[in-house]
Amino acid sequence: MKPSSLTLRRSIDIFIKVLSIVASLVGIVFLIWILWDVVTKGITALDINFFTKRTGPFTIADTGMANAIVGTLYITLLATVIGVPIGLLGGIYLSEFGRNHPVSTVVRFFANILMGTPSILIGIFVYAVIVLPMSGFSGFSGGVALAIIMLPVVVRTTEDILILVPNELRESALALGSPHWKMITQIVFRAARAGLITGVILAIARVSGETAPLLFTAFNNSHFTYYDAESPLRYIYDMSKPTANLTVTIFNYAMTPYEQWQKQAWAGSLLITGAILVISVIARAFFSGGKTRRG
Amino acid sequence: MDETTTKARTNKADLFFNGLTLVCAIAVILVMLAIGIELFRNSTLSMQEFGWKFLTDRSWNPVLKEFGAASSIYGTIVSTIIAMLIAAPMGIIIALFLVELSHPIVSKIVGSAIELLAAIPSIIFGMWGLFVFVPIMQTKVEPWLQSTLGFLPLFQGIIMGVDFLTAGIILALMILPFVTAVTRDVLNMVPPVLKEAGYGTGATMWEVLKHISIPYGVRGIVGAMFLGLGRAIGETMAVTFVIGNSHEISSSLFSSGNSIASTIALEFGEALNDPLFKSVLIQLGLILFLITFIFQLIAQLWIRQLKKHERS
Amino acid sequence: MVNAQAQEPVLKHRIAVATTAADNLEDFDSIPTRLDVKGLNFFYGKHQALHDNNIEIKSNRVTAIIGPSGCGKSTHIRVYNRIYELYRDQRATGEITLDGKNILSNSVDIMKLRKKVGMIFQKPTPFPMSIYDNVAYGLRLHYRLSKSELNDRIESALKGAALWDEVRDNLNKSGIALSGGQQQRLCIARAIATEPQVLLMDEPASALDPVATSKIEELIGILRENYTIVLVTHNMQQAARVSDYTAFFYEGYIIEFGPTQQLFTNPREQQTEDYITGRFG
Repeated sequence: MKPSSLTLRRSIDIFIKVLSIVASLVGIVFLIWILWDVVTKGITALDINFFTKRTGPFTIADTGMANAIVGTLYITLLATVIGVPIGLLGGIYLSEFGRNHPVSTVVRFFANILMGTPSILIGIFVYAVIVLPMSGFSGFSGGVALAIIMLPVVVRTTEDILILVPNELRESALALGSPHWKMITQIVFRAARAGLITGVILAIARVSGETAPLLFTAFNNSHFTYYDAESPLRYIYDMSKPTANLTVTIFNYAMTPYEQWQKQAWAGSLLITGAILVISVIARAFFSGGKTRRG
Repeated sequence: MDETTTKARTNKADLFFNGLTLVCAIAVILVMLAIGIELFRNSTLSMQEFGWKFLTDRSWNPVLKEFGAASSIYGTIVSTIIAMLIAAPMGIIIALFLVELSHPIVSKIVGSAIELLAAIPSIIFGMWGLFVFVPIMQTKVEPWLQSTLGFLPLFQGIIMGVDFLTAGIILALMILPFVTAVTRDVLNMVPPVLKEAGYGTGATMWEVLKHISIPYGVRGIVGAMFLGLGRAIGETMAVTFVIGNSHEISSSLFSSGNSIASTIALEFGEALNDPLFKSVLIQLGLILFLITFIFQLIAQLWIRQLKKHERS
Repeated sequence: MVNAQAQEPVLKHRIAVATTAADNLEDFDSIPTRLDVKGLNFFYGKHQALHDNNIEIKSNRVTAIIGPSGCGKSTHIRVYNRIYELYRDQRATGEITLDGKNILSNSVDIMKLRKKVGMIFQKPTPFPMSIYDNVAYGLRLHYRLSKSELNDRIESALKGAALWDEVRDNLNKSGIALSGGQQQRLCIARAIATEPQVLLMDEPASALDPVATSKIEELIGILRENYTIVLVTHNMQQAARVSDYTAFFYEGYIIEFGPTQQLFTNPREQQTEDYITGRFG
């Protein structure tokens, strides 16, 4: 190796250092740029109508995204109710019953692959197995699609967090004569509570921003789809119907040439982005230990 | 010694709980298999109709029922390559900044900014890409590129703004946080002793990175690239808005195209009452599924090798 | 290198000063045996960690188990409450008789066994809940008690662990917020709340400061009246101070077992003498 001059080496070093600063700045610039645009373009349409009126043809003056907001809440809620318990239990298996068992290795492997599967394919899958047999789009199928996306994330996060609980705690509970399941639910869970809550909240926030899996499952709806006004369930969305939701509405509106709708699409973007960012930051701050590796 | 857990033998409640958790864990495997099976089942109509030439057929005419996956596969690959060419080096160099160069507070701020970027839903990237970025590409960046590098076929053709280049850049922005974070984690794992040894011989920071850190962490970094690639391939919303939805294949970066994901997203709605069209789109989905599956598989196995390598 | 000869008089002096309940050697066979261990072998996977252990743990006495690191002390007592069964590849063969039954047999109800045999660990393990709930945990597992009955038993358990006075006004405080020594006494209160017959203590004071340690040792002396205690310790002086009987383990074998006074002043085996005089370990 021929000796290179010190000046050359130093120059290269400085060049790389400058490059890295520039690259980081570029990344930050894009971030700020995007957020700035979302805020400035979205804030103008974020008025009271937005939150109270339903989506509709732009010729009607008072339109909003109220039905879509409610729809997203219900679909996300359904996804959470399905995906989180199954994910938690699966994660418990990996950490408490099947640690180092070959089954766990396979489960983890497939969980990673499922996490990397494009969300639109999951939507198509749910279309094939739920929408077709039901002969129609439904909020229920949308919730299932989101639950499938959430499932491997919750499983892996749960496992990662539960494994951190020291074995002495488990042994102490068992040594008192505790059955295995009580030891897990009353002691291990409690010890890991903060991390689990954070992980689950982050997973929920993530799926609430998904669009592709809802395109052909929940589809969309320009109305509120509550149960009948007479019914005791009248504040609950009927999930057997196509359900309005924020992300698909944004998608639909953005594709149109109508400025009013494009503005509302920005407002919707601002709302969903703001909600996700705020929830993520709060969830992470809540668990200040910072043990979660998965975001 | 690796500790393992065992089934509780004596208690019915424990057996039930054990079984319940096992079922939930296996659900992951079952869902994965179910997705593959369903995609296959619903593709059979298209497969019977077109056979293997579907993969290379460039036509796309729903009215005449002529379909081919070539343009979609091409678009998926091209946009992904562009994204990786941008995001990979950028991610490594930003990770370098975070790990070696910056003040801890700055590192935390920039790191948080990167994580914020990761939390932004993909449809926002699509919206912003379409309404803000495309006009800039169309009116400023791409004409400039054409005027300077227009002798290359890559930069020829009519400039519309919605094209492979724009899609590639937006995709790069989307996977950048992920690539950066994983590379940062990998670089953080280089034992300080090794780096100190390098500095001790008078090496510059770049030389330590190039000769010590990166070789040490190369497997992890490659693994990160694989995973980033896997994500870019399947990304739908960011690409759909900005790739133009054309079924042409062209060597120019300025031409519109489509990716498998964008085609499904945009055209499935029209195909709902057309069994063949629907089956074609699902077959596209099956192809995408297989591509991502294989990439994930390779990435997983690579990472497993990495872990074994670490233990020895 | 310390002169082994010079060490002996020091040790003998210490033992003469230490008080154990029996200054005169009692008649071994006349004391009831709580745990009768016959032919105990233990395996971690293919590796055998305990070889043909035979020992009698006497009721209401403190039996210390000493030996160098890795000799099987903890492994041995962890068989008494079958806590090793949490781990898939660990197993034990042999016979351990408690109340006329072999606790290693498949027909034994493990949860009932663990009510009779309590365990204190090296690192204090308070549960992430209030002091009250910590002590109540075992009680709620095995009994149906009214609120007042529960209160009474928690109070007496905390008194029995010499912790009551320090926490009586603050039972809702989290168990984790206590000091190390208090946490360990909380674990002891938790263990004795269910009124076990046997208390297994696996190096209970090794993570504590000297003041907390002496409190634990004092407590052991008091608990002895109501419980059978098996104490694993790497601290020979501690064994000499608090125990009635001592077993010396080496590489999974019980080299010697006898009254503490005798083992430390006049060991039968050369290996025992080498260990207690510090020639190895």
